[in-house]
Amino acid sequence: MTKQKSESDLFRQITQGPGLVSVLGVFVALLIGGLLIAATDSKVAETAGYLFARPSDFFSAVWAAGTDSYIALFNGAIYNSSQGFKPFLETLTVATPLICAGLGVALSFRAGLFNIGAQGQIIIGAVMAGYVGFAWHLPVGLHLLLVVIFGLIGGALWGGLVGLLKAKTGAHEVILTIMFNYVALYLIDYLMNTEAFRRPGETNPISPILDASAVFPSLPGSNLHLGFVMAILLTLAVAWILKRSTIGFEFRAVGHNPEAAKTAGVNVARTTILVMALAGALAGAAGVAQVAGTEKVLTNGIAGSLGFDAITVALLGRSTPWGTFFAGLLFGAFQAGAVNMQIATGTPIDIVLVVQSLIVLFIAAPPLVKTIFGLNPKKKRAATSEPVKAGAK
Amino acid sequence: MTTTLQPAITILPSKKTPIILSVIAVIVFLFFGIMGNSDVAHFKLDSAGDAFALPELAFPGKVSNIIIGVILLAVAAYSWMLRSKAQQLATWIIGVASGLFVLSFLIWVVSGANITTISLSSLLAGAVVLAVPLVFGSLSGVLCERSGVVNIAIEGQLLGGAFTAALVSSMTKNAFFGLIAAGIAGALVSLVLALFSIKYVVNQIIVGVVLNVLVSGITGFLFTTVMQEDPELYNSPVHLPVIAIPGLSAIPVIGPILFRQSVIGYLMYIAVFVVWFGLFKTKWGLRVRAVGEHPKAADTLGIKVNRTRFWNVTLGGIVAGIGGSFFTLVAIDSFTKEISGGRGFIALAAVIFGRWNPIGAFLAALLFGFADNLQVILTIIGTPVPSQFMAMMPYLVTIFAVAGLVGRSRGPASVGEPYVKE
Repeated sequence: MTKQKSESDLFRQITQGPGLVSVLGVFVALLIGGLLIAATDSKVAETAGYLFARPSDFFSAVWAAGTDSYIALFNGAIYNSSQGFKPFLETLTVATPLICAGLGVALSFRAGLFNIGAQGQIIIGAVMAGYVGFAWHLPVGLHLLLVVIFGLIGGALWGGLVGLLKAKTGAHEVILTIMFNYVALYLIDYLMNTEAFRRPGETNPISPILDASAVFPSLPGSNLHLGFVMAILLTLAVAWILKRSTIGFEFRAVGHNPEAAKTAGVNVARTTILVMALAGALAGAAGVAQVAGTEKVLTNGIAGSLGFDAITVALLGRSTPWGTFFAGLLFGAFQAGAVNMQIATGTPIDIVLVVQSLIVLFIAAPPLVKTIFGLNPKKKRAATSEPVKAGAK
Repeated sequence: MTTTLQPAITILPSKKTPIILSVIAVIVFLFFGIMGNSDVAHFKLDSAGDAFALPELAFPGKVSNIIIGVILLAVAAYSWMLRSKAQQLATWIIGVASGLFVLSFLIWVVSGANITTISLSSLLAGAVVLAVPLVFGSLSGVLCERSGVVNIAIEGQLLGGAFTAALVSSMTKNAFFGLIAAGIAGALVSLVLALFSIKYVVNQIIVGVVLNVLVSGITGFLFTTVMQEDPELYNSPVHLPVIAIPGLSAIPVIGPILFRQSVIGYLMYIAVFVVWFGLFKTKWGLRVRAVGEHPKAADTLGIKVNRTRFWNVTLGGIVAGIGGSFFTLVAIDSFTKEISGGRGFIALAAVIFGRWNPIGAFLAALLFGFADNLQVILTIIGTPVPSQFMAMMPYLVTIFAVAGLVGRSRGPASVGEPYVKE
């Protein structure tokens, strides 16, 4: 009984908390990231040497180190004077797979399933989509369609297998998905070293380039491709499934309380398999976006760290479809901007990981953020209750 | 006339064991034996520094595996027979059968390879070396999970330990300071885990997953901004020496495994024993397990649930941090990004495969270390089995384990649930 309680708690935990706390959480995370940048900045270290003689130098160096990096980040992610809003298109490109995979993770969270397996699902999706893309030669239109379908199937199989094992044996999905991630990782490593996948005449594990008919058309002069439209459509689809459809209702019912859902006639095993398959398909779509949109070629590292980023995206988006969409945009902006930041200021990209994970931590623990900003409801109540007592006397 | 009471339905033991044994026996007999290579597989048992040299073991591939296959077929038949009488196979027979299967696999791959000789003693000694961080990581997992806190952050604790050990050992030119600092770093990661999962009741899995990313980000950031700026000063750790115990270390096969280790290696054996003894033979351990199984009952008896969990998670962090220092103080020259390479997750698998028991986790970690090292050696001798499939093995074994195909693996009842006093 307590188990279901904790799972519905999970959802409540992710969804609860006012918007203000989220904004403050992002702010604190950025602040800590800025301090970390400043702490390792050579100018700051130099001025710290005569901190007591000229403290203003030190503080302006700290300020400059932090803000320079973030300005470079902004310039690389949204707008800069030389390229206009072109960097924003890059943000959308980077955000596309994040949104797709994030939707998958969010969907499984809504059903009370802790799906950490997006990484493996993306890999298998990308492998299948990529193979169709470079090995088959089909007419325009049909080819891309099949690439997308096979990518979705690949992810759905990998995710559905976890759902099946969980439903039939009761194994915990966290362990299963972590293990499946590694199996997928070694599987792609093996495949990329086979004749079928490796580019002829190449010793490195890299596939042939996908046919022109197999890749998403892209906006001229940018990397932004039609995959972004797919991400929007998928967001709409997930929103529809969760809000309007019967299976969506069943997903949520199982997520809140599997026992009650079972009593009400929901087939919990079937729902578990279906959720994991759908979540896998969404992650597979991220694999498609990578292989048929951004990269146009299959490599071992096709999934990067997308699968883990997707978890943070879903958590930041509070597991709602549109929340995930915008969280994906935000993290896409971070990642797109980080490249420019590293070039312009030398701040390593890893800072984005720090900021992203801090954001999720702070948002998951609203009381902590409230304590930092002195917004704790307990204290407020104590403050307001005093005059009442006084009046009673 | 007396009638004995008969149960209405005879409940037969699960078919899983006989089925798995039969499948294994058939694979060995047909695939490794009849279809196997007839070359001879050589296993060297000696290593440098032995007191006396053991002879080389030689197994003709095909014949040996046919014989092993027949033995395994007999075991499988016996287990079917026992099942029909509602009895179960003794554990030691299963153990021997598994051992024979591993031996048969080794004979098959080595006899089919380009080089048909491997050193068994270096295979085993290398396996222990690769298992060291896994053992520490899994002990951390056992300590946390026995008290009811899921520790997905083992990976982060190992990575944090490895980074801090390298940094401190380089700066102080003293490996022991590095070792201590690694323990502190692991504890710091644990403190965040404890703060968020116990005080702020955030889902433990969320915190664990995010902590791994956070530690990876921080160490990656500092690696680029600090270590790479001046590797001489910040990333050339003084290593812990390998201490060979005089006399004992010269015993063939066993010597290099048990008595030719670094301080961390010896510490590993001690830690396994201490954690096992602590958890199962002391009052403290009983309390910890009570907290993990039924926190409410424990609380009623006056055990401070959240305080127990807090200290266990912290202790787990120290243990995993020390395990992480093995990377940079013993195994590898200097720190690199993601040096732990997902071993925290294999450690997690070892916790489950070892059924939340320190000794079980230790053996599972050794098995995974063995698979890891075998993969390396098999790549060198050039076998038909792709190394990636060997590398997959720990994960596949864990999937089978949690899916209940190799005996059900069940964790502490209240693991993952925050305890809020009513």
